[in-house]
Amino acid sequence: MRRILSIVLENEPGALSRIVGLFSQRGYNIDSLTVAPTDDETLSRITITTYGDDHVIEQITKQVNKLVDVFKVADLTDGAHIERELMLVKLRAASAKTRDEIKRTADIFRGQIVDVTPNTYVVQLLGTSEKLDAFIDSVRQETEIIETVRSGVSGLSRGEKALRI
Amino acid sequence: MEMMSGAEMVVRALKDAGVKHVFGYPGGAVLDIYDALFAAPELEHILVRHEQAAAHMADGYARATGEVGTVLVTSGPGATNTITGIATAYMDSIPMVVLSGQVPTFMIGEDAFQECDMVGCSRPIVKHSFLCKKAEDIPVMIAKAYHIASTGRPGPVVVDIPKDVVNPKESHPYEYPKDVSIRSYNPTVKGHKRQIKKALDVLATAKRPVLYVGGGAIAAECSDKITAFAEKFNLPVTNTLMGLGAFPGTHKQCLGMLGMHGTYEANKTMHHSDVIIALGARFDDRVTNNVKKFCPDATILHVDIDPASISKTISADVPIVGSIDQVLTDIEAHLEVNPIELDKDAIDTWWQQIEGWRSRQSLSYEKSDEVIKPQQVIESLYKATNGEAYVSSDVGQHQMFGALYYPFDKPRRWINSGGLGTMGFGFPAAMGVKVALPDSVSVCITGDGSIQMNIQELSTCLQYGIPVKIITLNNQALGMVRQWQDLIYQGRHSESYMEAIPDFVKLVEAYGHVGMRVSDPKELDAAMEKCFAMEDKLVFMDIIVDQSEHVYPMQIKFGAMDDMLLSKTERS
Repeated sequence: MRRILSIVLENEPGALSRIVGLFSQRGYNIDSLTVAPTDDETLSRITITTYGDDHVIEQITKQVNKLVDVFKVADLTDGAHIERELMLVKLRAASAKTRDEIKRTADIFRGQIVDVTPNTYVVQLLGTSEKLDAFIDSVRQETEIIETVRSGVSGLSRGEKALRI
Repeated sequence: MEMMSGAEMVVRALKDAGVKHVFGYPGGAVLDIYDALFAAPELEHILVRHEQAAAHMADGYARATGEVGTVLVTSGPGATNTITGIATAYMDSIPMVVLSGQVPTFMIGEDAFQECDMVGCSRPIVKHSFLCKKAEDIPVMIAKAYHIASTGRPGPVVVDIPKDVVNPKESHPYEYPKDVSIRSYNPTVKGHKRQIKKALDVLATAKRPVLYVGGGAIAAECSDKITAFAEKFNLPVTNTLMGLGAFPGTHKQCLGMLGMHGTYEANKTMHHSDVIIALGARFDDRVTNNVKKFCPDATILHVDIDPASISKTISADVPIVGSIDQVLTDIEAHLEVNPIELDKDAIDTWWQQIEGWRSRQSLSYEKSDEVIKPQQVIESLYKATNGEAYVSSDVGQHQMFGALYYPFDKPRRWINSGGLGTMGFGFPAAMGVKVALPDSVSVCITGDGSIQMNIQELSTCLQYGIPVKIITLNNQALGMVRQWQDLIYQGRHSESYMEAIPDFVKLVEAYGHVGMRVSDPKELDAAMEKCFAMEDKLVFMDIIVDQSEHVYPMQIKFGAMDDMLLSKTERS
C-alpha cells in the first residue's frame, strides 16, 4: 500500500543522506522524495512516498525515528490529509488543432500553460499524484510528450494534527 | 576562557570526556593531534599495528567496563581500516568513539592524498557521525559523541576532523559543555506503565514461562534485578550469545545458551513455552531459526530500549520500550502493590519437563586418549581460571565451544563478536580488556584461522606489556566452514583447509612471548595451569585438537527452534 511519510529533522549537512541511506540499506523503496527547510530554518521537512504493508511501514518509521537528527516521523496516510504534487510537462504543440486540444485538456485539469514557443507548450499542473498521472494519460493521446518533471509529493494532515516540535 | 589550538582542544576534550586510554595509529592528517597528545602523558595511547585492531581493542575495553572505547586514526586508509571494527561494535551495540583525521576542509572533494569520505563510508554502521568543520565546534562535538555513544542503545560514533581544523598555529577559546543535550535525541528509558501492567497480567497466567535474556541486559547493568525476578517466579532462563553472564551460567534455573548452537533444554523450553519474556534480546536469526515455526504457543513480552528491535522479526504481543533496569525497577514497585502468583503446580510440571530435556545432556561428548577434544580445552580453561576470567573469543567453532562450555556467572566476562561475526576480533579485544582491567585474567579463545587475522598485535603486546593468554584450538582447518561443508556440502572441503599454518610457537617467540604446544590429552590440564601461572607473560597455547569434531547441538536449517542435530547421528 502506498504511504506518505513526513519527517521533521535537523537542517544539517548529511541529514538527508542518512535518511536516503537508511532506505537503501534496509531495502525500503522510495517512490518520491521532497525536502526543504521549514519556516524554522534550523529544521528540514522531508516527504517520502513509499510502498509497504503495515509491518514494513512500522519498521521504516521506527528506524527513521532512531536517527539522531530526526525529531518526528508520521504516516500521513494514517489519517485525513492533503497531498499535492507539482508537474511541468513539455508537449509538442505544432498545429492549431493540437494546441487547442492541449489547452482544453489543461483547462479541464486546471493546469496552466506557462511557456509557449511555435512548436511547444509547457503545462504546469498541481494536484494529487493520481491526477497528474491522469493528465499524462490524456495528453499522451493528443500529442508527443517531450519531457516531464514532478516535484514529488508534499503533504499535511488535515485539522489540528501537526508535525511540530 | 582558555585559548588553545584545535589539536589541543581534541586532546583536552577527550580528557574532559573522561577518556583514559586511546587506541590508535598516527598519520599525516592527525599529526597535529598526536603532537598535542605528546604533551598529555596522562592520556595513555596504545599504538597498534593495524587500525582494525585499534577498533577491536576499544571495543573489548568498552565491553569489559561499560565505558566508551576511544580510537584515533588518520584519514583515508587509517579510517577505512577501522570500518570492520566499527561495524562489529555497531552490530553488538558497543559504545565507541572513533576520531578520524581528514584532509583539510579546502581540499575535501578533490581526491587529495589519503582522502576518503569517512562520514559517508561509515554511515550505515554508526549510531551517528560528525564532520567537524570549525575548531570552535570540537568540544561540543566530542561531548555529543560520547553522550550519543553511551546512552540509549549504545553504539559507535565517528568524529571526522579535517587537518586545518586542528592547525596548531591558530588559537580558539575552549569550553567543554557541562551538560549535553541534543534536542532531536531523547531515548525512552521509562517503560509505559500500562504496558508493564499488561505484561504482568500475561505473566500471571503463564504455565510454561521462559526468560530470554540478551546483550541489552548487559548494557543495562541489571543482572541482580534479572536474577531476583527469575528467582521470585522460579522462571527458567536462557541467555543469548550476547547475553551470557547477564544471568549466572551456573545458576540452577539457567538452561544455557539458546539458538543455532543452543542447548537442547534451552531450545526445547523456548519452543514449548506459553509466555516468553524477552529482555534486551532481538530475536536474531541465529536464535529463532525459521521465524514461521518460532515458538507457536508463546505470548511474547518484549522489553527493549530500542523500539526498532521490537516486532522486527517476531511480533511482540506486549512491547515495552525502555531500559531493562528501569522497567524491572518499575515491575518490582508494581508487584509490591499488586502482587501476582504463578500457578505453582503448572510451574512444577514445567520444570519436570525441562529437567527431562536437560537429562539428555546435549553437551556431552566423547573424550579420547589420543587426541584433544576442543570441548575439553574449554573445560580445562574453566578449571584453570576458576570460571572467573574475562574470555574474549574469535569467530568459529571455538567461539561456540567457549560459549557452551565456559559458564559465565557475571556479565561483561564473555566478549565476542556476536552480530557481525568478525574473525580477528578476539585477540585485540582481549588486549583492550587487559588494558582496561590490568589485574584481571584476560584470555582469548581462538582458532588457527581467526588468530591469523590480527596476529600482528603480538608486537603491540610486547611494547606495552599486555600479558593476555591466547588459547588456540588448532584443528588445521577453518572448523566451522568445514562443519557446514560436512553437513550441507557432502564433505566437499572447498578452501577450508589451511595447508600452510605457521609454527605458532616459533612465531610468538619471535615476537618475544612464550609459546606452548600441547597435543596430548594427558598433558592438557598441567599445561593450562602452567600457562596461567605465568601471570606477567603473554602465553600463546597452540593446542592441537581433533579436526573432525563438530559443534552440537545444531539447529536444522528452516526448522523450528527445537529441530536440532544432537550429534553426527542423532536428531532431536
